[in-house]
Amino acid sequence: MYSQGLKDAEGQLEPAELMAEFQARIDREEKIEPRDWMPEAYRKTLIRQMSQHAHSEIVGQLPEGNWITRAPSLKRKMILLAKVQDEAGHGLYIYSATETLGVTRDQLTDELLTGKAKYSSIFNYPTPSWADIGAVGWLVDGAAIMNQVPLCRSSYGPYARSMIRICKEESFHQRQGYEIMTVLARGTAAQKDMAQRALNRFWWPALMMFGPSDKDSKHSEQSMKWKIKRFTNDELRQKFIDATVPQAEHLGLTIPDPELRWNEETGQYDHGEINWQEFIDVIKGNGPCNKERLQARINAHEEGEWVREAAEVYQQKQNQEEAA
Amino acid sequence: MSEMKLYEVFIRAKSGLNHRHVGSLHASDPQMALLNARDVYTRRKEGVSIWVVEAEQITASNPAQEHEWFDPAEDKVYRHPTFYPLDKEVENM
Repeated sequence: MYSQGLKDAEGQLEPAELMAEFQARIDREEKIEPRDWMPEAYRKTLIRQMSQHAHSEIVGQLPEGNWITRAPSLKRKMILLAKVQDEAGHGLYIYSATETLGVTRDQLTDELLTGKAKYSSIFNYPTPSWADIGAVGWLVDGAAIMNQVPLCRSSYGPYARSMIRICKEESFHQRQGYEIMTVLARGTAAQKDMAQRALNRFWWPALMMFGPSDKDSKHSEQSMKWKIKRFTNDELRQKFIDATVPQAEHLGLTIPDPELRWNEETGQYDHGEINWQEFIDVIKGNGPCNKERLQARINAHEEGEWVREAAEVYQQKQNQEEAA
Repeated sequence: MSEMKLYEVFIRAKSGLNHRHVGSLHASDPQMALLNARDVYTRRKEGVSIWVVEAEQITASNPAQEHEWFDPAEDKVYRHPTFYPLDKEVENM
């Protein structure tokens, strides 16, 4: 039986019968719900993946928040505000879904603020020009959609349901980004150049968003079996490249990969090697903005402390009035 | 400081439909839960009415007892209209 040898948090073997029944449910495409029996490793994998996902939504507000006060028009500013508000909402949907696995919000917040938890490497890159906001929407949200659409069919019910909500909202994000790029690409030479530079900055980091190559991905196989993931990192990355290259060509922008070419045989684009050392460095905390991002979250949390305190005191006061 | 209470959120998409569970959130009191629910779950006109309920007030059936609880309905096919054959002459009933 495949399940034998899988151990829970205490190193105990999970009961083989329960494991077999669990896998059978997954194979029948049944959704697993919060209070159902599940292997400890399934629970832990989900908590890790979902909390990373939620943290990414929250930290993902920062590179874009950078441009709210400097958006080039009131229209752009309102759109950007709505998008950043969506990201906060996405974080909350997924945090809530993660809490159904028996972890508290405080624990999750604490893991982010102490640097114990990871979030998507992409948000550790800076957004120095307005065009970067276009590139982020087009490429980063585009890559996120590639990842998230299959997650709508994830085996864990609360995760799948939150993904359905998120995917509905995400497509506005990608389109508004592409529209920013379109306007710039059809503008003056300087504006087009600005769009090209943003594409140059974000192309490779966007490809890294799909995670390590399949041969180096330690979590993939079991997650596929449990249908937490539906496609491998490399499969999703390839889909993203195939979808995005024609969009860049349409705008007359050049993908910064000299080895990129259409492969008639495979019906896909071949691409150059990803700089995995850069990926590892960013994951390990040495990306261009890691410290800045984390500090911004810590400041927000600390500066919001009085609001949380006031809310608690207000609630206590109301309780006392009710009791009186 | 203790963690704020967990509330479950239910939304009526439009009049005529049931309120439906959409997710949960933390708030210090029911009013804050309502306001947060509006901001988190109805940014795109998803609803015309919101209920929030403290999660700990919900009593739920035990998933481990799913079969004991719900299987008895399985062998009561006579509860369904299709159990009763109709003569062809009596077309619709």
